[in-house]
Amino acid sequence: MSDPYLKPLPEPSIDSLPYWEGLKDRRVMLQRCSDCRTVRHYPRPMCGECHSMEVDWIEASGKGRVYSWTVAHHPFHIGFKAETPYILATVDLEEGVRIQSQLLDVDPADMKIGLAVEVIFGQATDDLVLPYFRVAK
Amino acid sequence: MADSLNGKAAITGIGETEYSRGADKSSIGLMLEASLKAILDAGLKPQDIDGVIPYSLGPVGEEIMTGLNLTDVRFSAQTPMGGASPVAALQCAAAVIAAGVCNHVLVVLGRRGSSDSRVANRIAAMPQFRQISEFENPIGAIAPAQLYAPMARRHMELYGTNEDQFAEIAVTMREHAMLNDNAIMKKPMTVEDHHASRMISDPFRLFDCCLESDGGTAVIVSAADRAKDSRAPVTILGVAEGHPDSPSTITQRPDLMTLGLAKAAPRAFEMAGVKHADIDVAQIYDCFTYMVICELEDLGFCKKGEGGAYVEGGRIRLGGELPTNTHGGLLSQAHIAGMNHVYELVRQLRGEGGAAQVAGAEIGLVTGYGDLGDGSVAIMQKAS
Ligand SMILES: [Zn+2]
Repeated sequence: MSDPYLKPLPEPSIDSLPYWEGLKDRRVMLQRCSDCRTVRHYPRPMCGECHSMEVDWIEASGKGRVYSWTVAHHPFHIGFKAETPYILATVDLEEGVRIQSQLLDVDPADMKIGLAVEVIFGQATDDLVLPYFRVAK
Repeated sequence: MADSLNGKAAITGIGETEYSRGADKSSIGLMLEASLKAILDAGLKPQDIDGVIPYSLGPVGEEIMTGLNLTDVRFSAQTPMGGASPVAALQCAAAVIAAGVCNHVLVVLGRRGSSDSRVANRIAAMPQFRQISEFENPIGAIAPAQLYAPMARRHMELYGTNEDQFAEIAVTMREHAMLNDNAIMKKPMTVEDHHASRMISDPFRLFDCCLESDGGTAVIVSAADRAKDSRAPVTILGVAEGHPDSPSTITQRPDLMTLGLAKAAPRAFEMAGVKHADIDVAQIYDCFTYMVICELEDLGFCKKGEGGAYVEGGRIRLGGELPTNTHGGLLSQAHIAGMNHVYELVRQLRGEGGAAQVAGAEIGLVTGYGDLGDGSVAIMQKAS
């Protein structure tokens, strides 16, 4: 018996389901407007640039640079108690949108704006894969 | 348009309960106690209240109407913007008064933030945090301290803002709270105490974070021509709310360091017809020390990036150029989601600030900041 999964679970919507399904295949999928080709995240029904509701899903390269971060020391949720302190990085992806996740295996003293990172994947539950980051190889 | 709400409404009454970490009243009990005090302070009877704007989290307008036995309420609404709600509610109240819908609007907030559900659980249930719940909670970004810390970190990296400047804010709030009979934190704090407090979410230490408190606060916003008979009306000169780009998520915001207040402030100053140098006292929403720096910049008291240096040297202390949070703020008085900031501004402009009174204060400003970057600001003056 594995330990119970205590972390919050996402509730995918009709708008975001392809994102979560993509993660199961270890791919970061992003919405791109079918009309003006603007990439957007988090998933939502309308393009903010041209207001089209037609969308294509593209696979992100997974490469990006640190925009900012925090080091979480106090566990505000029981599911994260065992992993504190952990780094939460806000990352500019190459595709022009941001994604936030934990940046693993890096000394907080080495953190800086612009640090090159890449996505890795973690199997959270049987049905849930989450994206994480590591320093780019 | 620019001066549309200038002089249309005044705050005629204020009321607050004891602020504590263990109230013996329910949230609605705290709201009703504060409301009745504010109504009586305004020289009114409960039956005179014809508009109700309660905080968007907690007991609703109908419970207030039932509790106070208000039988002729013509307008009720909420302004769901977290800590920006109370000052945004002043705009809402002034607008419905200017439109002739209401004469006396009750704006009230009561909560058991210490005794009941804590902040991480509260926000998970708020519709404003839906995208955070889906995309950020699962990877460990849960509480406001964690969501807001990257804004502060980037400010530090780009502008050299530092923890001594954060400490200056925390220590100032504590010194002001020690002058206030209705403040929770009364123990002296030094810069060293701040630096020694435990890290919550870097760069925020415990003493960079606001309290969790129980209490209720209420104000009465009255039509200007109905305010003349009240004891000490304070006129709303300018009031505005503003929303940042990407208001539903911080992560996707083009510039993490410019918030809704930057859009609201120019409108409020223009409406009020006053300059920054005219502001004698300020109540700045201080959920975290860094937010005071960011808001002073967004308000235009200094340029973006200069807020850390701005707070140095006692500028925001009593006796300084811009005495700020003369009640002790969310950091050291109590966290009543900024309704206590509105109360304090009125108290100061009435000249009833007690040991924390800013001498000769005539014009003042109060801000709200909430959810994921919404901002609100009101500029007021004691009625002549
Ligand atoms: Zn488009």
